[in-house]
Amino acid sequence: MLNETVFLVPTSYFVILSAVLFSIGVAGVLLRRNAILIFMSVELMLNAANLAFVAFARSLLDQGGQVFVFFVMTVAAAEVAIGLALIVAIFRSKRSTDIDELNSMEG
Amino acid sequence: MAYEQYIAIGILIVFSTILALIVVFASRILGPRRPSPKKLVPYESGMTPIGPAMRRLPIKFYLVAVLFILFDVEVIFLLPYAVIVRRLGLYGLIAAGVFVVILTIGLLYEWKKGALEWE
Amino acid sequence: MNLPTLESINLAASLPVLILAGWACLLTAIDLFISPERKHWTAWLAVLGLLASGVALGFEAVAYSQRGAVSAFGDMAVVDGFALFLQGVFLLSAFLGILLALNYLPRHNIERGEYYTLLLFTTSGMMLMAMAADLIVVFLALELLSLPLYVLSGFAHPRLDSEEAAMKYFLLGAFASGFLVYGIALTYGGAGTTLLSGVVEALVGGGPAPNPVLAIVGMGLILVGLGFKVAAVPFHMWTPDVYQGAPTPVTAFMSVGAKAGGFAALLRVFLIAFPATGDTWGVVIAIIAALTMILGNVVAISQSNVKRMLAYSSIAHAGYVLVAVAAARYPEVEPLAVSAAVFYLLTYAVTNLGAFAIVIALERDDGTGVEVEDFAGLAKTRPWLAIAMTLFMLSLTGIPPSAGMVGKFFVFQAAVQASVGDPLILTVTIIGVLTSVISAFYYLRIPVMMYFRDGEGQANVQPALGVALALTALATFLLGVVPAPFLQMARHALLTLAG
Repeated sequence: MLNETVFLVPTSYFVILSAVLFSIGVAGVLLRRNAILIFMSVELMLNAANLAFVAFARSLLDQGGQVFVFFVMTVAAAEVAIGLALIVAIFRSKRSTDIDELNSMEG
Repeated sequence: MAYEQYIAIGILIVFSTILALIVVFASRILGPRRPSPKKLVPYESGMTPIGPAMRRLPIKFYLVAVLFILFDVEVIFLLPYAVIVRRLGLYGLIAAGVFVVILTIGLLYEWKKGALEWE
Repeated sequence: MNLPTLESINLAASLPVLILAGWACLLTAIDLFISPERKHWTAWLAVLGLLASGVALGFEAVAYSQRGAVSAFGDMAVVDGFALFLQGVFLLSAFLGILLALNYLPRHNIERGEYYTLLLFTTSGMMLMAMAADLIVVFLALELLSLPLYVLSGFAHPRLDSEEAAMKYFLLGAFASGFLVYGIALTYGGAGTTLLSGVVEALVGGGPAPNPVLAIVGMGLILVGLGFKVAAVPFHMWTPDVYQGAPTPVTAFMSVGAKAGGFAALLRVFLIAFPATGDTWGVVIAIIAALTMILGNVVAISQSNVKRMLAYSSIAHAGYVLVAVAAARYPEVEPLAVSAAVFYLLTYAVTNLGAFAIVIALERDDGTGVEVEDFAGLAKTRPWLAIAMTLFMLSLTGIPPSAGMVGKFFVFQAAVQASVGDPLILTVTIIGVLTSVISAFYYLRIPVMMYFRDGEGQANVQPALGVALALTALATFLLGVVPAPFLQMARHALLTLAG
């Protein structure tokens, strides 16, 4: 299945890289306090998934994974649009994008 | 796995890094340093500097960026379509047409809402 | 490469979704030309779209009863009894969601036509979710469901609560979809396909599965992603704040629709794609179900804000549906458990929308008036409201004569059948029964407040809200007293691999 003469780098390398990127993204979401940085970490998670998709698509010789990447990119763009709009709206009210200040409700 | 083929790239990286360090530190060590207030001012194309460089951008730019991203990303669907437009025939034309109509509704929406006005 | 044909797309089978999504797009444009004082026109046009979609759904249901399940979009979607039943629930919830908002939005000065179009978009996402037979469709439907809901939770902008709710919901929702996408990527790598029916073949061993372990890890991440959507413990922490901060009609719709949408995906993905690994996820889901029921019900006791209490209650109810999901992993129990789950979602939908309708009636224009004390004396000032609220609270607890009782009975029946030879399910079932008893404590506090405390129970029932209230109360009562026809429908709500 994996043609060594064409593919010099084994798929597992890409998958490990994508897992590392995904973990960095998760850590970023959990550790960062700024809404924009959290949001960027989420984007990193999505792009880690994209990398995994194209790597698997290459090793499986199947376009399905690449098509999925298109959809993920589009959805990520839509999320960016909504996310930025929300961040702008909340920045106008609070002059801050720190999520620890999102505490007007109990709990 | 044959790593020999990467040796050339490795040498290039090492060599260019060393060269860059030499150039930077050579000018730092050898060059004369006679600072004056005029020289310490940040260079802004010869203009008199006004205020700090890290200014907050007006929110308008975010809005434009958001609108740009939305329409920018749609190209990734139209480009592959353009490559095989003849093979997809009428079916592809209808599908792409529906896609573009939906986009147009979005454009109409933001136009009518005044999101495209700069002021 | 095979070009899709008209038969493989099967537009007719997906017509309910297509009508709704198309109408939502058109309505976005039409709304631009409706003057701000006449935004209720948009609402009625949205209702028209729901109606058209409902008619198409009716035709589909008749066709289904004759020819069984069919696939659409080249096997990426499947129209089966499960999809049709849940699509009906979604359309009903959306209709009630519009009725709840019709008077609420102008009263709170947030009447914008986008509410109705966004509601249609998220409903079409839910309906698509019900028929998803491919992980790509699951992902797209989940996003189509979630993105409008993020905006809707911030709809009371510039009220700070609402903005914060939207922000929290958005960040955690996006985080969850990151898990989902990565899970799908690993599943794709492990099984070589994103088709649910293909994944099952690869895992059973027949197909060219390069790496089943990857697929199992992917399954775990998908569970995390969907767990967020249905607000299962330990992925529930966004729920109380979002439910409290969002405008009440949005909360009402979200608690019902988003949850049912998440469960639609959960049931289909796990029962169709991963039945071979049922031992693994069955245990995990059973434990999550137990934690969810315990935490939801116990924390709800200490809440004084009714919206927040209902948020914890919605976490608890997710736990009961999860019991059915865990029970469904046994093939002989699966039909009963799946129909129990969807029937439970139906009863929860009508009951919870009704309860929120009453909260809306009590809510004052500044967003206050939703504390438990505000219900004091309501039985004297508004006896009918008090009766309706009592009915909804009984139903949420699971006491007859109400829909909730039948729903719970059905779920526990499936769980007991599954518990033969599975002590874990038996334990979880017992926990379920015990937590239902605990839940009576906080649900029944409201009727006690209404009937036995003196107070100035104020309520403002405007016409559309009244209609919504009457409908939900009637449905809650009927589902509890004569559940047979609805159970019959739910029994047909079976999952099909592909038509």
